[in-house]
Amino acid sequence: MNPDIIELVLITIVTAATPLVIAGVGELVVERSGVLNLGVEGMMIVGAAIGFAAAFLTGSALIGALAAIASGMLMSALFGLLAIGLAANQVASGLALTILGLGTAGLAGAGFVGQKRDSVPHLYIPGLSDLPFVGKLIFGQDPFVYLGVALVAGVAWFLRRTRAGLTLRAVGENHASAHALGMRVRRIRFLAVLFGGACAGLAGGYLSLVYTPFWSPGMTAGRGWIALALVVFASWRPWRVYAGALLFGGATVLQLHAQAASIGLPGQLLSALPYLATILALVVLSARDRRGSIAPGSLGAPFVPDR
Amino acid sequence: MASAPVSTQETGSAPPLVSLRGLTKRFGSFTANESIDLDLHPGEVHALLGENGAGKSTLVKTIYGLIQPTSGHMLWNGQETVVRSPEEARALGVGMVFQHFSLFDNLTVAENIALALPRSERLETIPARIAEVAQRYGIVLEPQRRVWTLSAGERQRIEIARCLLQNPKLLILDEPTSVLTPQEAETLFQTLDRLKAEGRAILYISHKLDEVKRLCDRATILRMGKVVATCDPRQESARSLAALMVGAQVKDVQAASNRVFGEPRIVVDQLSMRSPELHGVALKNISLSVSAGEILGIAGIAGNGQAELFAALSGEVVANTPGVIGFNGKAAGLENITQRRQRQAAFVPEERNGHAAAPDFALSENVVLSRHADGSMTRFGLLDFGRARSLAGEIIGAFDVRKAGPDPAARTLSGGNLQKFVVGREILRNPSALVIDQPTWGVDAAAAAAIRQAIVDLAAKGAAVIVISQDLDELFEISDRIAVIHQGELSEARPASVITREEIGLLMAGAALAH
Repeated sequence: MNPDIIELVLITIVTAATPLVIAGVGELVVERSGVLNLGVEGMMIVGAAIGFAAAFLTGSALIGALAAIASGMLMSALFGLLAIGLAANQVASGLALTILGLGTAGLAGAGFVGQKRDSVPHLYIPGLSDLPFVGKLIFGQDPFVYLGVALVAGVAWFLRRTRAGLTLRAVGENHASAHALGMRVRRIRFLAVLFGGACAGLAGGYLSLVYTPFWSPGMTAGRGWIALALVVFASWRPWRVYAGALLFGGATVLQLHAQAASIGLPGQLLSALPYLATILALVVLSARDRRGSIAPGSLGAPFVPDR
Repeated sequence: MASAPVSTQETGSAPPLVSLRGLTKRFGSFTANESIDLDLHPGEVHALLGENGAGKSTLVKTIYGLIQPTSGHMLWNGQETVVRSPEEARALGVGMVFQHFSLFDNLTVAENIALALPRSERLETIPARIAEVAQRYGIVLEPQRRVWTLSAGERQRIEIARCLLQNPKLLILDEPTSVLTPQEAETLFQTLDRLKAEGRAILYISHKLDEVKRLCDRATILRMGKVVATCDPRQESARSLAALMVGAQVKDVQAASNRVFGEPRIVVDQLSMRSPELHGVALKNISLSVSAGEILGIAGIAGNGQAELFAALSGEVVANTPGVIGFNGKAAGLENITQRRQRQAAFVPEERNGHAAAPDFALSENVVLSRHADGSMTRFGLLDFGRARSLAGEIIGAFDVRKAGPDPAARTLSGGNLQKFVVGREILRNPSALVIDQPTWGVDAAAAAAIRQAIVDLAAKGAAVIVISQDLDELFEISDRIAVIHQGELSEARPASVITREEIGLLMAGAALAH
């Protein structure tokens, strides 16, 4: 195949993976602190709607992105209030957040359906971006792609190397022990949830500002759920989230090409392919890792400081 | 860096390091501690004795800043001090080793230690600090190991090393030997002797009276949240201390006379099984045989396969082949727990709340949970709650279960009373085989004696009994033979009259299985 076409496919894979990476790495931090927030899809779609609205009204993609982050954090603060402050059931609170998010986003975005704006400019470094094959792939992406990589690297470093990261892991591992040592479990978890919300909001903003620069209801199309699954599939490790997102992004892009080439399989089946691939990867990995998986010990368990 | 030890002072004449004056803690209407006065001197090992629920844990959590007292105050070196958090307590010089370790299984030893040190401590320096403690106190640790791969004794060493790195003036140990082999406990005592010689104060919580007599200079005894006595444990007998703790004499278990063993009732033949739990222990080639009328005791440190063995015997985890487990001469390996109960077997798991009993169910409903197997709980295919209630009443009467209300939820009972109830539920069936895991764990002395007596009486009536326990005193008191489980392997069962504590200790540590 023509190397230019391969580069083009790789670029689309990376861009398809980016929202999953950003949302997934945020959720990873949340889960490492011991909280299961199933509301990623809801926070993403609100981020997409508010981000697009803000960017459309102000004409600034940066303000749009910041608004997406803020709206995601606001949603996650609501979840944190319920699931951490009031120790409500995390699964129920997270599902409620998704439903709330889908409704809110539809309402907030109602006046913007059908509007369009330009995507954000891509990086251009004279010389480097013109390199054959790798130029556009490495040096010619939009800023969110680089931000996604930086987020993964930053979170990996934070969890592995810093004291605050160690404290966060400890809180997720065993909240009773952490409390006995005097760590402020609920505060740490709330901050983690806010970070997760910011990431999910930003990932949603990426969809409506860059990936497909318009707003349409339901445009997240289950990506929040995929991001959630990726965290588990990645055994709660940041770089594996990146790899998983590329796999899913790859399957998404390839099935589109397969549909375009009309290889004789029903389109609906091909559309389901990325989801099937993700489920399959999950099953294989969790069957293999069953005894060695590193699920945070207190994941999903509400914490109530006792006597 | 551990600085020069606090100067050793004459116990009694020097001002106390810590004085509690009129300390009271209430949780709602419940009073956990009532006007407690307590003095701790430098260079003193002070025992805090009492039954479960006497208020020992609440008291030490108050000293450690985890709990704020309702009234009363604490003096530190004669100065009135308020400790608002564990961090403040550590800054003051209080170190605490928790009963249920406050460790993080999936983190490394070094990370676990780092978490309890001040924020200024850099993560990279931890291994050097660990080496320093190792040299000074002979506490050897591998910084990069993950905690879940370590034994209970090693885990405790992490907790102690973690405290010592903060150079504490007061070290609090909550039931430190409950998970140790006798040899590991002796190593701990030597470390404590050394800390005492350095002039540190040690507050030692235990209900093992022999240890307290061996180690402690003074003892404060709590009962129902109040101090009932302060004494020199060396001047007291274990019996008199126990009487102070309980407030009454504890009955000895009466052994049955002229024991005759019948045919084998519980037979396990080369059972191997993987653990369903993430960090669980696989069972390896376990064989045992218990005859009618016999009690087999299984000793071992917690987490060496006891839970897995119980699950395999009860049928909560089913074996691959029928022949590996037999009850009353019938191969039962493939049967589930209900089918095994129908073979006259009965099972009492370790955890009362949530395993043996459903905490939010009434006692009569909890009777149905295990008794439905023998078919007596139904009429015309529907549950017969009248029958269940009368059976619950029978159990409550026969085992002297204290409760509030006619048919209360299981969780409202105290640990000892709920344990008597779940043990009674199984024993009143008159099973021909009984498997019981930690029968008296966390149970007060009077209830423990009643449960042990019921087990001995059941065996005297001809049942085969397996008792899994970490309490060696208990096993020696009631077992005919004792075997030891270590990392999923079971040693050969030997008569309790022949085997010694030292031999059991070595087996618990895995020494004799090595060759």
